[in-house]
Amino acid sequence: MDIMSLTAVELGKKIKAKEISVMDAVKASIEQIERVEKDVHSFVTIDKEGAMKRAEEVQKLIDDGTLTGPLAGVPVAIKDNMCTKDMLTTCSSKILGNFRPTFTAEAVLNLEKAGAVIIGKTNMDEFAMGSTTETSYFGATKNPWNLEHVPGGSSGGSCAAVAAEECPYALGSDTGGSIRQPSSFCGVVGIKPTYGTVSRYGLVAYGSSLDQIGPIAKDVTDCATILETIASYDAKDSTSIAREKYDFASALVDDVKGMKIGIPRSYFGDGLDAEVKENILHAVKVLEEKGAIVEEFDLDLVKYAIPAYYVIASAEASSNLARFDGVKYGYRTEEYEGLHNMYKKTRSEGFGPEVKRRIMLGSFVLSSGYYDAYYLKALRTKALIKKEFDQAFEKYDVIVAPASPTTAPEIGKSLSDPIKMYLGDIYTISVNLAGLPGITIPVGKDSKGLPVGMQLIGNCFEENKIIRAAYTFEQTKMYERPEIAKEAR
Amino acid sequence: MANKISDETIEYVGILAKLELSGQEKEDAKADMEKMLDYIDTLNELDTDGIEPMSHVFPVKNVFREDVVVNGDGSADTLANAPLEKDNSFKVPKTIG
Repeated sequence: MDIMSLTAVELGKKIKAKEISVMDAVKASIEQIERVEKDVHSFVTIDKEGAMKRAEEVQKLIDDGTLTGPLAGVPVAIKDNMCTKDMLTTCSSKILGNFRPTFTAEAVLNLEKAGAVIIGKTNMDEFAMGSTTETSYFGATKNPWNLEHVPGGSSGGSCAAVAAEECPYALGSDTGGSIRQPSSFCGVVGIKPTYGTVSRYGLVAYGSSLDQIGPIAKDVTDCATILETIASYDAKDSTSIAREKYDFASALVDDVKGMKIGIPRSYFGDGLDAEVKENILHAVKVLEEKGAIVEEFDLDLVKYAIPAYYVIASAEASSNLARFDGVKYGYRTEEYEGLHNMYKKTRSEGFGPEVKRRIMLGSFVLSSGYYDAYYLKALRTKALIKKEFDQAFEKYDVIVAPASPTTAPEIGKSLSDPIKMYLGDIYTISVNLAGLPGITIPVGKDSKGLPVGMQLIGNCFEENKIIRAAYTFEQTKMYERPEIAKEAR
Repeated sequence: MANKISDETIEYVGILAKLELSGQEKEDAKADMEKMLDYIDTLNELDTDGIEPMSHVFPVKNVFREDVVVNGDGSADTLANAPLEKDNSFKVPKTIG
């Protein structure tokens, strides 16, 4: 049996039924990693020995009836900005290249309690700053559909690992689209939950008011099941929200009759690739045929989301990344004269260009004399964007959007023009500013054979509506695997 | 209006950001920041008079708890990550004469 072609939930069922042992699942995952990793480079750290040891422990807990959940024994890959006790957590940066946390992130702990086996840590844009996974200190990840193209970012390693079937599912984080955009580029499913749903404790902070952890997997059922497992109220995260309901799997219903779907005109106008547009509008038609009510509307403030985002995210990053100073952990420069010189040299040698760019922009917009004009202006813009979404959700259950203006670009074509790269985030960023949940599902491919994703956006705490719409569409279309995943094992 | 970043400003930002930039890096940073600020200035098209700055999308308030130690002494584990340590402490360059 081809273990790695299974979804996480399918694999969990077979483990529970004793058709597959946890060790077999872990070995299948490691074999696939060993086969494709030289081409795809999804991982920063692969913990073969740790995973095999853990497989034995988890198998015992399943056998004695302690672990009964749907993910027990299923291997998982974790984005390398989530702390894992005693396992390297680098944020794909030189400055954290040797960092072994003394604790595990709450979301990862929730998975471990459910019997997950961590197989390794995935590559990402350095400190999650980027849209291609090319800013990683450890080298770029490749798109499993075409190794000449990027997997997207910043959770590019997690999405590529799932698409290349190196692991059944992975965790990513999303500050401005970092789960939804690479999921779209790699042809997998990813959810960015409502802000506050998954604890950020142990997630290395980039833009704290925007960051959320979420699941990446082959289908909607997996994502809903994983989200149910990782979501929790956590007193250790002061922005964690105690939700009334966490039953996301109950939304896996093939029915959108009467569901009101809004299409923002501005999302489907200039700047959107014709093939991406065609694929998404075809998927909308499918939902309409299944009984959804589809209507176009105006969402005019979208163009202000990107400048507001880069002010807010950079400001928060400049503050959050001040902790990397060569004193307590991570890299310290070899030679220095005095404390301040040590700080400056450590940081200048430890951070890559994109991280430095954002720290400097953030320091500038927060500096005296510019704070009101830039930072407060951006926060006021955010308030207006939130209000516009509030009004839209008075009329619609779900908003449909692309995840990116194009399919995955070629490697080496994006970093030279930062603003152009930032513009690629146009469809994902306002969701973070407004704290909304979003899901990306594969809906087709372009003429180059690269996947096209559709993003469904819901109102705060209404993950179940986007999950239901995504699941309903998914019933009409088989999951497609890239050749690299299919090759004989 | 095109933004102009002076040498003094980029020097000052370097101090705030605790980054040491080479001559070329400074020139690149100036050009990057000018372009970004020009782009960010599009926000000025938007009338935000009377709009409260929104730092969080949901109402957040301080979360208080009793100051009780719930974790054990993790100093040895913590220090294991230190670039340099001495006598169970982080070692840093001399800062006072």
